[in-house]
Amino acid sequence: MKILKKIVSSILVVLVVSTLVFVAFSVIPGDPAVAKLGTMATPEQLENLRQAMGLTDPLPVRYVHWVLGVLQGDFGTSYSYGIPVTDLIADKLPVTVTMAIISMFIMIVLAVVLAIYSAYHEHSLLGRAIGVINQVIMSIPPFFGGIIITLIFGLTFKLFSPGGYISYDINLGKFIGYMIWPAIAIALPKASMAYSLLLSGLIGEKKKDYVRTAYSRGNSSKAVFYRHILKNACIPVITFLGMAFADMIAGTLVIEQVFGIPGLGMILLTSIQNRDYPVVEAIIVCIAVLVIFSNLLVDILYKVVDPRTR
Amino acid sequence: MSDVCNNQTRILEVKDLFVSFTEEKSSLFDKKKKIDVLNGISFDMYEGEIVGLVGESGCGKSTLAKSILGLNKITKGDIIHYSQYPQMIFQDPYNSLNPSKTIEFILEESLKNLTKLNVEERRQKAKKRLEQVGLDDHYLIHKPGELSGGQRQRVCIANALMLDPKLLIADEPVSALDVTIQAQIIKLLAGLQKELGLSILFISHDLRVVYELCDRVMIMKDGKIIEDGTVDEVYRNPQTDYTKQLLLSAGIM
Repeated sequence: MKILKKIVSSILVVLVVSTLVFVAFSVIPGDPAVAKLGTMATPEQLENLRQAMGLTDPLPVRYVHWVLGVLQGDFGTSYSYGIPVTDLIADKLPVTVTMAIISMFIMIVLAVVLAIYSAYHEHSLLGRAIGVINQVIMSIPPFFGGIIITLIFGLTFKLFSPGGYISYDINLGKFIGYMIWPAIAIALPKASMAYSLLLSGLIGEKKKDYVRTAYSRGNSSKAVFYRHILKNACIPVITFLGMAFADMIAGTLVIEQVFGIPGLGMILLTSIQNRDYPVVEAIIVCIAVLVIFSNLLVDILYKVVDPRTR
Repeated sequence: MSDVCNNQTRILEVKDLFVSFTEEKSSLFDKKKKIDVLNGISFDMYEGEIVGLVGESGCGKSTLAKSILGLNKITKGDIIHYSQYPQMIFQDPYNSLNPSKTIEFILEESLKNLTKLNVEERRQKAKKRLEQVGLDDHYLIHKPGELSGGQRQRVCIANALMLDPKLLIADEPVSALDVTIQAQIIKLLAGLQKELGLSILFISHDLRVVYELCDRVMIMKDGKIIEDGTVDEVYRNPQTDYTKQLLLSAGIM
């Protein structure tokens, strides 16, 4: 029941975001016709093009027209590329989503493995060292991390060729090989945050009374850790994962520039410069849907895992 | 030392027990601090008796309880158990059960770990113990969060009884509960003691509850036992000023 409510409110949020985006791009200065024909075009030429683009209709009419199209999966035609926006995005979206998912995966593995190690060996030298390194990594922004990764793994060790890219429909394996490095750059700072969160959760749970009770039932310290402590410590981290995924999707748009990967970020930038509104609107709606969907997923996961919210 | 119960079987022997902790360094330059918690404790417990352990907070009662169960390291001395699987009931029933496990899992885990009972036998035993502490067997599928404080403490008692212990240590088992529930739990413990022939080390700071429930009482101060005798002896004729003070402040003397 609550989940149904969440789904309905998620749909409403998508609607509001799409409206805002549409209105915003109709209000801000800049003329797609001028952007396409250049400043040397005659007024008649511009007027004709505007009519052809449907820009002469009043705003509400254009909005309704656009929403009806979107509901049928039609985001209009790109002004500058001249092909349907849906095709353009369908081609690039897998890049963004793959990168975000790989990044998410790297983040979870790093955070969970290291946090478990540190919690288990709380006062060991290596445990403390991980804590210090973690502080450093937390403060490296992805674009800078990306530059360092390119320098070390791309230029020095030649593990990948910087600026190179192979599309997923040509060779999936090599494509993923190119996705991993930017994904690491995005994942590292997020992983260190997740690590801190999970570690403090683990240490907090370790001190709770139910741990003593669990020991008194003949559990080994390993059994207490994995069977009792770990799950409870993961609960607050799940919320963070939802936010992190949203951040990572936004992060991919930036990191693409560093690694020269032609994904959504690249089209988004050129489309904003060219006033290619249908493309910009479609990309923003897509990202909004991804973010909202990941939050919805977290809510559902939370319900499943947390005994207290049921 | 009192000479009551000397004709009975011993169930626990604590000999000259010392426990001290070193404080964790909070910064790199701190010196490690050693804190003595227990300073030479000796006493015996016999089968079927309820012994009250009374003292102000911080005097080492809980540390003694945990040491007896091997939950913390002892510095010096001996603890000899003459029974298997001594168990403990903790003060706070809200935190001493894992919120994400069902009552069934909690009750049966010790059987899984330490006995060869099969699934059906384990469930039967869990049901029986729940019944003995006054709870329906439909509570098996619930999680601790769905139970009241009193019900949770009953689950804790059932949990402690799963391995058929002969010795039970109850560390202030009622001080987190409200008064009416306290009386119920005390009554339950007294009943279970008779039914199962348990020995109970009952830790409390409430001298009235100790008087109602216990056969023998030990008064603890600064990590030492300063008085040990039957409840009647100690309450009628306290030997130390500290005990007199305690009794006075409880309005008993």
